[in-house]
Amino acid sequence: MSELTTRTAAELAAAVSAGEVSAAEVTQAHLDRIAAVDAKVKAFLHVNAEDALAQAREVDRRRADGEPLGPLAGVPVAVKDLFTTVGAPATCGSKILDGWYPPYESTVTRRLREAGAVLIGKTNMDEFAMGSSTENSGFGPSHNPWDLTKVPGGSSGGSAAAVAAFEAPLALGTDTGGSIRQPASVCGIVGTKPTYGGNSRYGVVAFASSLDTPGPFGRTVLDAALLHEAMSGHDPMDSTSIDAPVPPVVEAARHGDVAGLRIGIVSEFSGDGFQPGVMTRFTEAVELLESLGAKLTEISCPHFKYALPAYYLIAPSEVSSNLARFDGMRYGLRTGSGSAEEVMAATREAGFGAEAKRRIMLGTYALSSGYYDAYYGKAQQVRTLIIRDFDNAFGQVDVLISPPTPTTAFDIGERADDPMAMYLADLCTIPSNLAGNAAISVPVGLAPEDGLPVGLQVMAPPLADDRLYRVAAAVETAFTERRGHPLLAEARGL
Amino acid sequence: MTATYEEALQKYEPVFGLETHVELGTRTKMFCGCITTFGAEPNTQTCPVCLGLPGSLPVVNERAIEYTIKIGLALNCSIASWCRFARKNYFYPDMPKNFQISQYDEPLCTDGYLDVAIGGKTVRVGIERVHLEEDTGKSLHVGGATGRIQGAEYSLVDYNRAGIPLVEIVTRPVPGTGFLAPEVARAYVTELRDVLRTLGVSDVRMEEGSMRCDVNTSLSPRGSGVWGTRTETKNVNSLRSVERAVRSEVERQSGVLDEGRRVIQETRHFHEDTGVTTSGRSKEEAQDYRYFPEPDLVPVAPAADWVETIRKSLPELPSARRARLIESWSLSELEFEALRNAGALDAVEATVAAGASPADARKWWLGELARRANDAGLDVPELAITPADVARVAALVAAGTLNDRLAREVIEAVLDGEGTPDEVVAARGLAVVSDDSALTAAVDEAIAANPDVAARIRDGKVQAAGVLVGAVMKATRGKADAAKVRGLILERLA
Amino acid sequence: MPITRDEVAHLARLSRLALSDEELDHLAPQLDQIISSVAQVQEVAADGIPPTTHATGIANVFRADEPSPCLTPEQALSGAPAVELQRFKVPRILVEE
Repeated sequence: MSELTTRTAAELAAAVSAGEVSAAEVTQAHLDRIAAVDAKVKAFLHVNAEDALAQAREVDRRRADGEPLGPLAGVPVAVKDLFTTVGAPATCGSKILDGWYPPYESTVTRRLREAGAVLIGKTNMDEFAMGSSTENSGFGPSHNPWDLTKVPGGSSGGSAAAVAAFEAPLALGTDTGGSIRQPASVCGIVGTKPTYGGNSRYGVVAFASSLDTPGPFGRTVLDAALLHEAMSGHDPMDSTSIDAPVPPVVEAARHGDVAGLRIGIVSEFSGDGFQPGVMTRFTEAVELLESLGAKLTEISCPHFKYALPAYYLIAPSEVSSNLARFDGMRYGLRTGSGSAEEVMAATREAGFGAEAKRRIMLGTYALSSGYYDAYYGKAQQVRTLIIRDFDNAFGQVDVLISPPTPTTAFDIGERADDPMAMYLADLCTIPSNLAGNAAISVPVGLAPEDGLPVGLQVMAPPLADDRLYRVAAAVETAFTERRGHPLLAEARGL
Repeated sequence: MTATYEEALQKYEPVFGLETHVELGTRTKMFCGCITTFGAEPNTQTCPVCLGLPGSLPVVNERAIEYTIKIGLALNCSIASWCRFARKNYFYPDMPKNFQISQYDEPLCTDGYLDVAIGGKTVRVGIERVHLEEDTGKSLHVGGATGRIQGAEYSLVDYNRAGIPLVEIVTRPVPGTGFLAPEVARAYVTELRDVLRTLGVSDVRMEEGSMRCDVNTSLSPRGSGVWGTRTETKNVNSLRSVERAVRSEVERQSGVLDEGRRVIQETRHFHEDTGVTTSGRSKEEAQDYRYFPEPDLVPVAPAADWVETIRKSLPELPSARRARLIESWSLSELEFEALRNAGALDAVEATVAAGASPADARKWWLGELARRANDAGLDVPELAITPADVARVAALVAAGTLNDRLAREVIEAVLDGEGTPDEVVAARGLAVVSDDSALTAAVDEAIAANPDVAARIRDGKVQAAGVLVGAVMKATRGKADAAKVRGLILERLA
Repeated sequence: MPITRDEVAHLARLSRLALSDEELDHLAPQLDQIISSVAQVQEVAADGIPPTTHATGIANVFRADEPSPCLTPEQALSGAPAVELQRFKVPRILVEE
């Protein structure tokens, strides 16, 4: 592959800005890479070849005319198919939206365009962001570039795979229960769930509105930080977005340091259910952090064990309502005959996959009169208790750490029809979603038993996203020094 | 078998309640910036938000909150210090998201009342709640005989109206009105409409649908203290229909109960042409709307000083104005009602402000002008004459320049567009002849022409003067002051 | 408290999902298993604990009553399966709301 595709986003942005290479060349190199490998990786649902080159040529024109360039000028970004982008379809990984071209642009992708990024294509995902493997996609799963028989994680698996396969240096995802951090972990790249409300959800098709958070993927901590900063900020079109300055994540990524930092290890996230290799790498990471001067303690967050059931009540409840609009009346698939009621039911039956149907029915159940208090209502109370556990923990430490997910990438097909087993992948990531915290997954090695990537999850209080990057950068630097090369250099799948 | 109203009232006590939906007159919709003008081409006033496109998000219109607080204060309600929007979930093609953003157990305003004057008494109608929600789109049902849903082949949906702010005002049940129940119901809606119009928050045109009423009716067996099952009647599109709907339901339910059957809790449809209700959707299987707090919106917590500012800015409400005018104009209740029902209150008040006496102002507006308005099919305020004009005419009469007959002629001429009263008087030469010499001459002529009448008058038969007065009036083409003429005649023949 | 196949069928109707019998056979036990598991939340003692709808604590987010551009009718109708008279054409509606 072209050496351009092995460069980081930071390097590419600098090269384009300096005129060493044209944005069109950079984009073409990545389009070539996609053409070469995506038949196997299946990261992309739609590749905007002509449009991407047009965007790139526009960057080149601006540079030639002496106009100012944005921080990501000429850098290709893959976009999870959950974002509305004008001129490209948005399927959300679902047959019910197959062929839908949104007539409006999401705030986040508009900001990236303004930053000069080249939106190169839309990536595969679990249907409406529900899943941990992309196996719930209506268009087939994506494959992990480390081992094509394995899942790339989900729901933002396509974006993670694209970055890990060097098809794009940066990618957009969303994280509702772990859908950025878990794929990042199993694909050996960096992925962040920013503070909830730190990124606009306008134009991000809703799964669980009070939990959905758009966020960045990159191969390096700095790359993720560059994307994080370019996409973030208050949006008056999103009532839930936070009106506060974007935390200085790029600054923090350039100055990784944990000396004197108080780090809490979540005691609930270890033991049975965790793959031994994952714990081995985690323990090593703990030792590494100590050697870099951090102060580590164990912290118990007793209500975290209820986070999974609370999440699997809150999220389905919100999604059962959010997905009601897909009924064949105004856009998307329409099938069936007879009355409007019959056509709606037939359309939704044909258009939604099994997981979507399960969650819609679960949500309908949890919100039903007579069940609301015991299920949805109770889950929202558990949510308060989890927030209190975090508040209590962050009163004692600056960040918390845990594995991002109990296992490495599992086999495609292994958990596809076992929802409870699939849900366990989100065990460690869910609490941060319920509390609206910031959290990151950074690669820390390969599991000895299968040679597949393992990540480290770092969690910080809301609006302390920069803390994540400070820790992750320190870990990345130390790790790369020890190993002699970035982790991805060892990927053999392709 | 339906009973007659009288028969029904012998056995049962009617109880009614009203749910009124009011479209607010804000410039833009409840959750987006689309304009709200009535009567536009279909689907020309929509955007991703009010169309409910995937990825769209609502943002609350501040003026809608302000207007709702205004309404709540005018209805003597408590204003919530903290409240939320909630989703009301059900599938229906005129609702783009298949849920309506509304308020459930946390309405903006609660526990108020509206006093309604009827037949010289005051009925206090309790207001349970006032809350905000979004309106739905409008459907055209095609293929059936009546343009209604029943028998239609398909429907055509226009979403221009979707998202317009709607305030729902719910009364508490109103017992104890006995025979007058239908009239009280109508009077409540009339008073409510006047309050809303005075507040300037809606144009409240029932015929355009900016104010819609659902009427709830039940019967309580006299003396039992037990309230009966209530029905809800929709499609009540005018004040008269409110009255007829209550009456017709009382009659129907009485007939049902007399036969020993049960009143079914259901929604009924009112028919303007026949004046009766027919069965619609059964409410026995009450719809479970699975309400939960709207996760795309944050709570609304109106600051106490904002509410105070709104309270201070409230205009004089109809009830206060009524009390003031009755006192200052020394009117009876009935006299006031006559003015109100003629739609002449504003005109009369303005005429008085322009210098006329209340008596004169009332005389003209309730008499000649009300007649002209009725003949022309106009509302009193739509007449082509201003209160200032009317006050001028009254002043001219008081000064003796015009008599009643001439005044009426002037008014007609102003209505026909000939100019201001003064211009008409000058152009037509309508001033009362008050020049004494001309008048004396006319009197002498009449006396000379009617010697036997003159003789009778000299003899003391003063009534005969009328003949001579008539002659003088004829000679001066009515431009004399009759009383003055009479005085001159008697003087002459003393 | 297990959920029966009939109750699942009812949920499907409420959610406007025309599930086939095979699907019902397959999904009902899965749903039962999931519901039993998420019912764990009921073990948590939460008397007096307020529920959290949003972690951010923001309130009073408003927009001014000022117009912004609308979509053209072509854009609004662009994804519509059927259009007539510049409106969304939908099949006959059975139950009036």
